[in-house]
Amino acid sequence: MASKTLYDKIWDAHLVTQRDDGTALIYIDRHLIHEVTSPQAFEGLRLAGRKPWRADANFATPDHNIPTTKAERSAGIDGIKDPISKIQVTTLDDNCEEFGILEMNMNDIRQGIVHVVGPEQGATLPGMTIVCGDSHTSTHGALGALAHGIGTSEVEHVLATQTLMAKKAKNMLVRVDGELKHGVTAKDIVLAIIGKIGTAGGTGYTIEFGGEAIMALSVEGRMTVCNMAIEAGARAGLIAVDQATIDYIEGRPFAPKGEMWTRAVEAWQTLHSDPGAAFDKVVSLDAAEIEPQVTWGTSPEMVVSVNATIPDPSLEQDPSRRESIEQSLKYMGLKGGMAIKDIQLDCIFIGSCTNSRIEDLREAAKVVQGKRVAATVELAMVVPGSGLVKQQAEAEGLDKIFTAAGLEWREPGCSMCLAMNADQLGDGKHCASTSNRNFEGRQGFGGRTHLVSPAMAAAAAINGRFVDVRDLQEQNS
Amino acid sequence: MKKFTNESGIVLPLNRANVDTDFIIPKQFLKSIKRTGFGVNLFDEHRYLDKGEPDADNSGRPLNPDFVMNQPRYAGAKVLLARDNFGCGSSREHAPWALDDYGFRAIIAPSFADIFFNNCFKNGLLPIVLDKEAVDGLFAEVEACEGYALEIDLESQQVRKPDGTALAFEVDAFRKHCLLNGLDDIGLTLEDSNKIAQFETSWREKSPWYFTLSH
Repeated sequence: MASKTLYDKIWDAHLVTQRDDGTALIYIDRHLIHEVTSPQAFEGLRLAGRKPWRADANFATPDHNIPTTKAERSAGIDGIKDPISKIQVTTLDDNCEEFGILEMNMNDIRQGIVHVVGPEQGATLPGMTIVCGDSHTSTHGALGALAHGIGTSEVEHVLATQTLMAKKAKNMLVRVDGELKHGVTAKDIVLAIIGKIGTAGGTGYTIEFGGEAIMALSVEGRMTVCNMAIEAGARAGLIAVDQATIDYIEGRPFAPKGEMWTRAVEAWQTLHSDPGAAFDKVVSLDAAEIEPQVTWGTSPEMVVSVNATIPDPSLEQDPSRRESIEQSLKYMGLKGGMAIKDIQLDCIFIGSCTNSRIEDLREAAKVVQGKRVAATVELAMVVPGSGLVKQQAEAEGLDKIFTAAGLEWREPGCSMCLAMNADQLGDGKHCASTSNRNFEGRQGFGGRTHLVSPAMAAAAAINGRFVDVRDLQEQNS
Repeated sequence: MKKFTNESGIVLPLNRANVDTDFIIPKQFLKSIKRTGFGVNLFDEHRYLDKGEPDADNSGRPLNPDFVMNQPRYAGAKVLLARDNFGCGSSREHAPWALDDYGFRAIIAPSFADIFFNNCFKNGLLPIVLDKEAVDGLFAEVEACEGYALEIDLESQQVRKPDGTALAFEVDAFRKHCLLNGLDDIGLTLEDSNKIAQFETSWREKSPWYFTLSH
């Protein structure tokens, strides 16, 4: 039998039928739903008199519009002040009720960002096909699943048919070999990858991340990497299953149990690319060369080491690239040649589907413990990814560490990653953010985003400017 | 779905690479539970000088005179000319909904982000990939000539220029068939219901652990 990539294996296993031109119907095992991209799909079902093909393949939780202050959350759905947001959240509740879909609603302790909740509940399993009306669905690939974002028409298609009409993407392998330097994290790896291949580098591909440095990451770290595959242009990112994957899943609420668990684990052992499997493209990075990363512009590929300077557009030969740099610097209020460490920060955001899991919070707490947020920082907030992450963090006393240092401890949701709720970055303000996109206006109208790891965001909170977290860690030891 | 056969119209040149979905339709407009009405907020943060809000009256808002779409010569544009990686970012279908609602029928660029590209076809909007040289040429011609219009003929897969010459483009045969006939994907897929059900039965037998989600 020919050698196959992990992507080939999952694709082939889910192929229902294929037309002569290569358009395929792919069976979908899990469909995750949130309030923003689903209402029009449910309305479409109703108008056509259709029902979900298999209600128990779906799983919903509201996240984008959800308020994150305790005062608002304690009032339940009435705590959502924005009437339009409230309608959207209520509509999700009503649709799930009407169509018999499992929902972890906003008052449920298990509620949270859909890409945090899926793996946490064991609703994400290796070898599955997973889709959601959200581009960061690529996160779930960390568990060896084929997972990607879809539009609302496809949400309706999956609800009605349990399949997706698709053409197979090409295979790309991104290898990160060697060992990461101390203080360098999964977020730095993925930002460095995007810096190398660009935001369109993965367009048309499914990226498998491999190599020693990737397999040495925890499963949560792998989620951070796969989460941002879409920022490199690839709809799906995935990582081979190993013992760490199996250990992560065992015992989670929706994971198989008993004899079924044993059989599942046996089947999952094959979820890796075969030796000699052909990739259309291979990109290699040396882990030892990766330093803590900071984005300076309005695209995730505009990224450099914290110890570097912002590119000088006058030195750029390519006219369209020069114009892009100039446009970004103008929006960001920065100058070419300036040191990253001289960027003054107004806001710190630790959260999002990229970095709001328990390990992210531990990493940030370790940096701020016993210190105070700089007086020049107007708002520093930590938003856990789910109610259960929040509960775990509180059991470990992380909330106390954050609040003692002057960071706000919030309720779970997407929050300032995309600022659909009230958590918005002010016009012209600079934010060190653990989220995934630094697009113009992403975190708030006129807001200026710098993407970093949780440890780097925490260090920036203390210093009021970017600092190499490793320097701060040395002072501590 | 709306059919796409032959469309002619004014071309709007948006000379900027990596136009993302937040640029196309900012997040606050995603709170709507409808599919329509997004056109007035297309490119909102660049088109207006103030911050837009959903369900607000946009008629009195200050327009950004520096944004290309606000130049009278491009009023009523039906073809959007763009640069590399158009539509990158989120999966929001509100992006093609906003372009369609404004009146665009086709987008020409050297490359598109995958999810956006796919979403366009579900809404009768045609994304056309032309090579960089061809796109550069179109930018130069559009900017030089007021009232510049293109004719897009999907059947023959050609973009026809005012001087009578044409640029050929590729389109997936199945997607072309769906656009020309305005076919609904779900209806087509459900013709294969038996195949889906058969697949599901054998898959459930082979991998029962994927069927364990219950209330």
